[in-house]
Amino acid sequence: MGPYVARRLLQMIPVFAGATLLIFLMVNVMGDPVAGLCGERTCDPATAARLKQEFGLDQPVWQQYLTYMGNVFTGDFGTAFNGQKVTELMATSFPVTARLTIVAILFEIAIGVTLGVAMGLSRGRPVDTGVLLVTLVVISVPTFVTGLLLQLMLGVEWGWIKPSVSWEAGFGELIVPGLVLASVSLAYVTRLTRTSIAENARADYVRTAVAKGLPRHRVIVRHLLRNSLIPVVTFIGADIGFLMGGAIVTERIFNIHGVGFQLYQGILRQSTQTVVGFVTVLVLVFLVANLLVDLLYAVLDPRIRYA
Amino acid sequence: MRGATYARPVVCAVALALVATACGGGGSDTGAVLSSSWGDPPNPLEPANTNEVQGGKVLSMIFRGLKQYDPKTGEARNMLAETVDTTDGKNYTITIKKGWTFSNGEKVTARSFVDAWNYGASLKNNQRNAYFFEYIDGYDRTHPADGGKQSADTLSGLKVVGDRTFTVRLRQKFSSFPDTLGYNAYAPLPRAFFDDHAAWLKKPVGNGPYRVESYTRGSQLSLRRWDAYPGEDKARNGGVDLKVYTDNNTAYTDLMAGNLDLVDDVPASQLRNVRTDLGDRYINAPAGIIQTLAFPYYDKRWSRAGMEKVREGLSRAINRVQITRTIFRDTRTPAVDWTSPVLGKEGGYRAGPCGTACVYDPAAAKRLIKEGGGLPGGQVRITYNADTGSHREWVDAVCNSINNALGDDKACVGNPIGTFADYRNRITDRKMTGPFRAGWQMDYPLIQNFLQPLYYTGASSNDGKWSNPDFDRLVDKANAETDTARAVEKFRQAEEVLRTDMAAIPLWYQNGNAGYSQRLSNVALNPFSVPVYDQIKVG
Repeated sequence: MGPYVARRLLQMIPVFAGATLLIFLMVNVMGDPVAGLCGERTCDPATAARLKQEFGLDQPVWQQYLTYMGNVFTGDFGTAFNGQKVTELMATSFPVTARLTIVAILFEIAIGVTLGVAMGLSRGRPVDTGVLLVTLVVISVPTFVTGLLLQLMLGVEWGWIKPSVSWEAGFGELIVPGLVLASVSLAYVTRLTRTSIAENARADYVRTAVAKGLPRHRVIVRHLLRNSLIPVVTFIGADIGFLMGGAIVTERIFNIHGVGFQLYQGILRQSTQTVVGFVTVLVLVFLVANLLVDLLYAVLDPRIRYA
Repeated sequence: MRGATYARPVVCAVALALVATACGGGGSDTGAVLSSSWGDPPNPLEPANTNEVQGGKVLSMIFRGLKQYDPKTGEARNMLAETVDTTDGKNYTITIKKGWTFSNGEKVTARSFVDAWNYGASLKNNQRNAYFFEYIDGYDRTHPADGGKQSADTLSGLKVVGDRTFTVRLRQKFSSFPDTLGYNAYAPLPRAFFDDHAAWLKKPVGNGPYRVESYTRGSQLSLRRWDAYPGEDKARNGGVDLKVYTDNNTAYTDLMAGNLDLVDDVPASQLRNVRTDLGDRYINAPAGIIQTLAFPYYDKRWSRAGMEKVREGLSRAINRVQITRTIFRDTRTPAVDWTSPVLGKEGGYRAGPCGTACVYDPAAAKRLIKEGGGLPGGQVRITYNADTGSHREWVDAVCNSINNALGDDKACVGNPIGTFADYRNRITDRKMTGPFRAGWQMDYPLIQNFLQPLYYTGASSNDGKWSNPDFDRLVDKANAETDTARAVEKFRQAEEVLRTDMAAIPLWYQNGNAGYSQRLSNVALNPFSVPVYDQIKVG
């Protein structure tokens, strides 16, 4: 286990370097960001030059990248154009998005897996077909439609929730946005679990467990579900990274000042520091989540061993 | 009677539990706080560093300058200034009224202004609005144009004469200078700004009717009424919470749900139903913003003789009335000159300088373009940035209008650029090959501000690099004129030069729009399309 984890962590280094370099170059290709800072007029050349110098934009790209990476290793992610430290932006936005992601993942696990098990065990019956149909609808409707509809119905028409999330963004406020964010993945998790359960329900070890006379819930939870979870865990693991960075639509609809919003603003303002910093952290989150998923395999299926 | 007397506190308690309204109060000067939508300012919140509406909104609440623009007429009135005297339009003596302080108790003195202006003009401070001080003597030393080392930290044209008096020497005659002093960049700054700059940025201190209670960058700014405010325009509400919204649609939804009191940017997609949603709680008022199409005069194909006919032809091919009605739902007004109606007659606006050239007439358009030698390359591409505003919609509509008028499907196409920064880059690098979107929001309500920065040779917003010696001469004359009416007349003559050459195509004047909740009354927008917060009554 130890050497395996070490090897995986080492593998992260080139992935990390490559990803940041790519993003860095891509943001740079968009051109000189300083021109956008002066509104509908040309920055006077002297101020523009000073600003470029301040943000290090007067140096060649490779040098900018090296300086940037050097700073990153000391924990300095640079400054956004509004004078705020990028680390400060991260400190305010990552916890919010993390909470949103947690809510979403909890929904996926609680509703998705439960529904999937129920369906998988009653394959072909009306319940199964009904839920299958519903998941199909959820998958095919774009998130922003679900989001806006729920916001209008629950927030404006019925007044159950506030249509927008305050900047503190506590867990309570994030339930509906979390559900919206989770909706599509939730449908996939349901379908994945269903298929996996249905497949394994006829496996030999399940028959053995039943023949041993184990109680039904024990057969389902300990034997059937545990073995069926591998594809689901893979999906959810990958989804963590996706939800963290890809929540932009949900975040804009519900006024959540999270990672997606900061990234969106960073891109519009062509703020290299913000975009690269945030993407770097997202890449890390993705890599760590993937590693955790791989380690979970061994827990779920004793046949899998890491050396 | 007894029963009624006892029942009252109960009702109050219930009402309090339901909504947090004060029981028994109900006067117009309640301490109630209103909430308003906001956008995260892209630059640090400093007076000389704020060049857009969102930051400007805050500065106009926490600062008062020498002059203040009347929210209705736009006229520049003395605020902190007692007198602004000049005999030659070049040397000014400014005296400040007694009794003004910053909200931290510090007195507003002549030095508060001189220090602030020196800070704004000094190159090393990276202030985006530094050029506002360019008329003051010594600017070339504190802010060398070539970006070289500055040889002075203070403007030689500024001198503190007494506690409340300072003098300003300009490097050229500029008679409307006093009227520009209401702009935020000229606000006074307390010592705290210089002594602990980082702390000041975290919680700005000014001398306006509001003080900053708390500021969470990128999320919320809470302003509260400053009770000891010495001015006459005291806030008529307890304060304003400015909330940053990720999307103006969400802000609008929040207004509908009763979670937000004021939205000063009604999203284009909601304009269709805003009347039914809000009734008379929707404001659509003229603002000092004009949209035009500028041309790249550095491109020979657009600057050769005869092209003024093509430009006029294009102008006549645009059906402004139809576009402002259908695309903008009357939040724009077809333009008939190069300034803005908010200037008023005295200020230099009048209907007509553009004349027939701004009136839709397909036959004339066709004829003029033919006479002028046709469209360069047979096609115009209107360049715009696609990330903000609803530019795509109107550019497509303008192109449709041109195509229909000319009977050619390919006469005009839109050319979107991804981000505003990239768009500005291409303009700065002179890469435009055809007409492009040019918007102008006035800094101060003067005709000078609509003409000089946009069309004077080498001016900061002269994006098309149009240059005409007659125009420049008339502007110089106007600036040297000490009599306002005569100065305005000269500017009008300069506008005629624009018309003759059709330097840019005026499209429409932009309105400010806002919607508010039932709790509010006395809501209005000033000519800068910013709500007049201090006058709003809550409850």
